[in-house]
Amino acid sequence: MSIPSAVPVRLYVNGDRYDVSVEPRRTLADALREDCGLTGTHLGCEHGVCGACTVLVDGQPMRSCLMFAVQAEGSSVRTVEGLAIDDTTLHPVQQAFWEHHGLQCGFCTPGFLTLAAGYLEEHPDAGEAELRDVLSSNLCRCTGYQNIVKATLAAQQAMNGDPDGDTDGDTDTDADVGGEPA
Amino acid sequence: MTGTTTGAEPQTWTGRALPRLEDPAILRGWGTYVADVAARDPGCLHVRFVRSAHASGRILSITAPPGVTMFTAADLDGVQPIRAVLHRPDFVAVATPVLATDVVRFVGEPIALVVADSEAEAEDALDRVEVEIEELPAVLSTQHAVSGHAPLVHDVEFPGDPNTVVDGHIHTDGFDAAFAAADRVVAIQVSSARQSAMPLEARAAHAAYDRATGRSTLHATLQMPHVTRTGIADSLGISEDDLRVVSPDVGGGFGAKMTLAREDIALVWVSRRLRRDVAWIETREENFLAAWHSREQVYDIEGAFTADGDLVALRGDLVCDVGAYCCSPVTWGVEPLMALAELPGPYKVEHYSVRSRGITTNKCPIAPYRGVSRPMQVLAMERLFDVAAAELELDRVDIRHRNLISEFPHRAPSGLVLDQASHQETLAAAVELADLSDFRARQAAAREAGRYLGIGISCFAERTGYGTPAFVARNQPYELPRTASPDVITPGYERVLLTMDPSGGVVLRIGAAPHGQGLRTTLTQVVCDQLGISPEAVRVIDSDTDATPYGWGSFASRAMVIAGGASMLAAQDLAERLRGLAAARLGGLPDDIDLTDGAARLRGTDDAVALSVLARDVYHSAHLLPDKGQPALESVGFYDPSGTFANACHVAEVEVDVETGQVDIHRFLVAEDAGRLINPAIVDGQIHGGVAQGVANALYEELVYDERGVLVTTSLMDYLPPTVHEMPSIEILHLETISPASLTGAKGVGEGGTIGAPAALANAISDALEPFGVGVFHLPATPHRVRAAIRDGEDLHVVARPVPRPEKEAD
Repeated sequence: MSIPSAVPVRLYVNGDRYDVSVEPRRTLADALREDCGLTGTHLGCEHGVCGACTVLVDGQPMRSCLMFAVQAEGSSVRTVEGLAIDDTTLHPVQQAFWEHHGLQCGFCTPGFLTLAAGYLEEHPDAGEAELRDVLSSNLCRCTGYQNIVKATLAAQQAMNGDPDGDTDGDTDTDADVGGEPA
Repeated sequence: MTGTTTGAEPQTWTGRALPRLEDPAILRGWGTYVADVAARDPGCLHVRFVRSAHASGRILSITAPPGVTMFTAADLDGVQPIRAVLHRPDFVAVATPVLATDVVRFVGEPIALVVADSEAEAEDALDRVEVEIEELPAVLSTQHAVSGHAPLVHDVEFPGDPNTVVDGHIHTDGFDAAFAAADRVVAIQVSSARQSAMPLEARAAHAAYDRATGRSTLHATLQMPHVTRTGIADSLGISEDDLRVVSPDVGGGFGAKMTLAREDIALVWVSRRLRRDVAWIETREENFLAAWHSREQVYDIEGAFTADGDLVALRGDLVCDVGAYCCSPVTWGVEPLMALAELPGPYKVEHYSVRSRGITTNKCPIAPYRGVSRPMQVLAMERLFDVAAAELELDRVDIRHRNLISEFPHRAPSGLVLDQASHQETLAAAVELADLSDFRARQAAAREAGRYLGIGISCFAERTGYGTPAFVARNQPYELPRTASPDVITPGYERVLLTMDPSGGVVLRIGAAPHGQGLRTTLTQVVCDQLGISPEAVRVIDSDTDATPYGWGSFASRAMVIAGGASMLAAQDLAERLRGLAAARLGGLPDDIDLTDGAARLRGTDDAVALSVLARDVYHSAHLLPDKGQPALESVGFYDPSGTFANACHVAEVEVDVETGQVDIHRFLVAEDAGRLINPAIVDGQIHGGVAQGVANALYEELVYDERGVLVTTSLMDYLPPTVHEMPSIEILHLETISPASLTGAKGVGEGGTIGAPAALANAISDALEPFGVGVFHLPATPHRVRAAIRDGEDLHVVARPVPRPEKEAD
């Protein structure tokens, strides 16, 4: 069998341009992780069920394990590394997951964050049932989902400008450690 | 002392729902999991394992075409097999070769490995390897295994029944008379399908070889990095100093990452052989095939009751299908021996006669999975009480109250001692919250409308935080041989090393190895209270054998109790030194010094000295040290407790669609007593996640082998973990019993959710199906099984696999 030769692909990831050379069979997930060095996107099953590899492709949540890198040619890709506002400010979804203990081992977390962020940005008025439907796309083995739902609802409120949106739970951020540890 | 937690924010760091220190990096995608180490190592080679497609067979040939780099058992010259042992006459030890030698014993067993430049090329190479195996008859059920006409899975001597590798008995004096005198004997059989812990990160390993030093560094996704280092060094015959084991961020473990993996040994070996970095990232299919199973157990139990509902005697025959090899270090005794010791749980059982067996079969080996055998023990006891209540026409809550332990310490028939807990109180609290009378009214109204609601209760005691004494008790007493080591591994203690550097920064190095529990946060909270510092001054270093003291890792709901106690002791030691140094400068006695807000303060005055000043002077003005001590601020904490029992009562409210057999959970309550909560948010998170796995075990997840012993559930389209849709919102009520058996007052909480939920759900479904006269005695209660039970009017029981007939009938 002959190894297919690599082809050039231009990816725009988190606002940066990556000119990479990949085999046609290389998945977008592998290209992001190995060719772009963005290892925040995780692979939990590589058959499209668990959703840990979810990234936003032109704003839409996609399973990056089920997409070839060449299919993302010219597309704008957003990964978990591209969610935070800047080095000191997390995306509201990240902030809410932190405050509401929406993660334990953290392996599924990038997929849930991109899924929730992508959906909330497109559907700011989504109801709880609709959000639960969306969150049911992905698997988490640690949290039982309760705090993931809670965090997503809190993030929605914060994104919609409700000042109470991120502090309605029972896991309030303590003022002494409100910032990120150094 | 038992109280209900108030939820008010305490003045201490412990007790607060402090957002986790681990999270910011993970949330940004900056975590480091093992596959990330490989992805960032462009020069590393990739390994794939050739695995057996047969449950039992003789390897005739393994061939790879030119251009494929392959290694088989024949290449592993001098590499020792894994051999885990317990010192008991009924225990059968076997060797687990790193790669199968001559024979294969389960589908998925590794028999060779291929190495290539990339993962994709390694997969291509795997496809080109040809394996010829002469298939042999396989043993696929415990009934067949002990039948006397089954092949032996291992060619070793079995002291008792064939293929029986553990056969434990307890028979208390006076049992027979007590059993015979009972008013009523209630007999049930409960069972569970095989299940997988299924951490979302499958196994992964990256072995690096340093030519300059000859050392290897293994990054692997583990719960026991130090013990793994010992196991690999033993197998390869190298010094432990030649191997560094690191578990970076670990994507969930749930027990499945505490067992020594053949693949990890092979990876270090091939890295040393090739003097190259190599990586193996397990696929989900491999994880289902070969990364440990659990829960395939059948318990026959008989409870002897008085007419009033007192359980006076309990008889049991407990059978665990432990698969083809013995897991190390806890051995294939882990499920049967835990069941033997702990079956009565929170209930008073004076007379006890139980046999508990582990039986080897040609299936994936079992290893610990969250709860180990306790989900089955609780299922057995809680179904027993519901059936007994029905037969004796007693109230289901009353019969539990009659039998729950209320005096402490309580000595169980196995000799286990249960410490202070709140069994009666958690049941009462849960029942009050559930509002049973309101439920019965709703249930009756729903039945009128053709809807079937049910409610189920389960009470349990969760043995947590147990150290060396508990593991010693699994063996018969033995002495150290004069010149050799015993072949038994006895886990248990934890040690920590706490240092304050010249800037006042505090580093806690622990032998425990967290995998998502937030242990760095909770241990930081413990240390901060003792030293009067805030969390940003503390760094916890774990899961790196080069940087941490030898320890047993994180499993068995132990880390908060044992590593927490050790951390508290170390911090108290360091605080004492700091108080002495401060008193020498400020005046007064050490006891007059308070450590708060990063300073040592002379009580009753405004005099204070910053800890950073004390620290700097210890290192840099050593000649002026008032206590003439060493120029270092460090302490070692060591803790090795015998264990403490957390307890809880779960209540599940379900609706069964009798047309489809679908079970919906309407409500799930947990009244939990985990002692003092170090971080309430983390405790609740453990309960949520534990219950989710209990729901999974009760309703959805099942590993299925076909009639040839081939696993047919090897993807997440066949094996069905719950999504958010299947999970109810869980209501939690905390009670707080402070037991002297835990230094911090914390009891373990990691496994309870998974232990209690299956029984509560089985009881709830059985309650819903009461009009049909059928109950649930096998899990998972899938729609198909529930529907079949309703249709046939028969209890939901395990369907035994047909036992193959002997080749030749004896005359």
